[in-house]
Amino acid sequence: MDAASAAIRFDEVTLGYGRRPAVHHLHGDIPSGSLMAVVGPNGAGKSTLLKGVVGTLKPLEGQIRLNGPSSEIAYLPQVAEIDRSFPLSVYDLVAMGLWSRSGLFGGISAKDRTKIEAALAAVGLIGFERRPISTLSGGQMQRALFARLLLQDAPVILLDEPFTAIDAKTTADLLDLVRRWHAEKRTVVAVLHDLDMVKRVFPKTLLIAREPVAWGDTLDVLSADNLLKARRMVEAHDPHAHVCQRSAA
Amino acid sequence: MRMSASAAPHKDRSVLDLLYSPFSEFEFMQRALVGVIAIALGGGPVGVFLMLRRMSLTGDAMAHAILPGAAIGYLLAGLSLPAMTFGGLAAGVIVAMAAGLVSRFTSLKEDASLAAFYLLSLALGVTIVSLRGSNVDLLHVLFGTVLALDDNTLLLLASISTLTVLALAALYRPLVLECVDPIFLRSVSRSGTPTHLIFLGLVVMNLVGGFHALGTLLAVGMMMLPATAARFWTSDITMMMIVSVLIGIVSGIAGLLLSFHAELPAGPAIILSAGIVYVASLLIGREGGVLWLAWPGKHLEA
Repeated sequence: MDAASAAIRFDEVTLGYGRRPAVHHLHGDIPSGSLMAVVGPNGAGKSTLLKGVVGTLKPLEGQIRLNGPSSEIAYLPQVAEIDRSFPLSVYDLVAMGLWSRSGLFGGISAKDRTKIEAALAAVGLIGFERRPISTLSGGQMQRALFARLLLQDAPVILLDEPFTAIDAKTTADLLDLVRRWHAEKRTVVAVLHDLDMVKRVFPKTLLIAREPVAWGDTLDVLSADNLLKARRMVEAHDPHAHVCQRSAA
Repeated sequence: MRMSASAAPHKDRSVLDLLYSPFSEFEFMQRALVGVIAIALGGGPVGVFLMLRRMSLTGDAMAHAILPGAAIGYLLAGLSLPAMTFGGLAAGVIVAMAAGLVSRFTSLKEDASLAAFYLLSLALGVTIVSLRGSNVDLLHVLFGTVLALDDNTLLLLASISTLTVLALAALYRPLVLECVDPIFLRSVSRSGTPTHLIFLGLVVMNLVGGFHALGTLLAVGMMMLPATAARFWTSDITMMMIVSVLIGIVSGIAGLLLSFHAELPAGPAIILSAGIVYVASLLIGREGGVLWLAWPGKHLEA
């Protein structure tokens, strides 16, 4: 695969905390416009992988190359990371999706207001504009964050467990947005646990358990054999671990 | 043309006179009034952000960190405004920056690293003071001299509040976003760390300004009390800042009058007034005040 069509390229990437790898020697490309799921047991390095792509975590070894600046990535972390008690309205939270264009000082034009309203309508949050975010349910909050993603209008979208603890109706609505992004040729990478959903919606899958177990067409990757292999991952650190000798070259 | 309270023909006039004449007749009261208004203008909004960023105790710790710096300035140059201001700023900035950087790049949280640094600087300051022996003038540092503000001090206070309001306006978005969703801010902009450091700088500046009038220990009061009181009246950040400024000004005026008529020390009277506003807001504030929680009224249909 040539470099131009790869949205994200992993070059023998090892990500981790301290000297302990959480993602060990990942190598490969995520082609531009692909719709890919990242699955694996808890502690397999799925969230770590996304943090590496966004750039909040530097690789211990190897390189992550992006086809474009990292500001063109829209990233939805796990829900727990947001301070819901802060006195902010749903409208203002969603409007922050325009940051890359408005920046520190830029005003919000009438055209931007139309966009914000369209995004709120797309996630079914019309009428919630003035509500403080502290009054939202988990599902409503996730809808608001998807509206913000819509406004970010990014070619690459990373979702970290976007449907955890979200009801069926909201999940279905938000999955429609994911399909829409795919149809618009955006690159979408989502960390997921629902394998049925992965099989239904995501053509490509990366199965990871610290070491990449399998990566490719979803139905091949999610074979019983591979899943068993992933489940055998040892989560605990080995106190006598040796220095890894695999080269990054 | 001064009319004494007893000569006033109506009772209304005499009450008005009690509120008005101290400021119209005495220059030191006018200066104190200008001083507390300047402090309220800068301190209120900074306090609101300290509160929203869950850094209320950080302000307190910073105030302690300023004390030894100001004391060193005093020991080197006497009761000189520039020396004490510079000493306080330097000590505060060093402690704030060091604590901020440690919490950002190590696993230690900001409150813990701040506690470590301010204790260090406090101990250092006390040691230096004790080398030269204490002095009555040091009370100036501890409790301030709101009734003896000279032109230069007023200029300093006004400059600090002007700079604070301008800087907060410029940093408003990253400041808010860094509290609500720091990961999102990091994914769209690199302004997070500089914003945080500039904000800590503003906190230090306002505390240093405040200590000239109210002393290091009470300066935080004009920051946190109006801000926490304002939280009980609105959930909109802009309104919260405006309300906090108003509460600060009202408390300042009330405190000065209280001090004038009841012959109380001015600094504590101002902070006590702010404290009374806080307790009143806690009880009757429309946004989560105790009375509204106790008697919310019958529930709605939807």
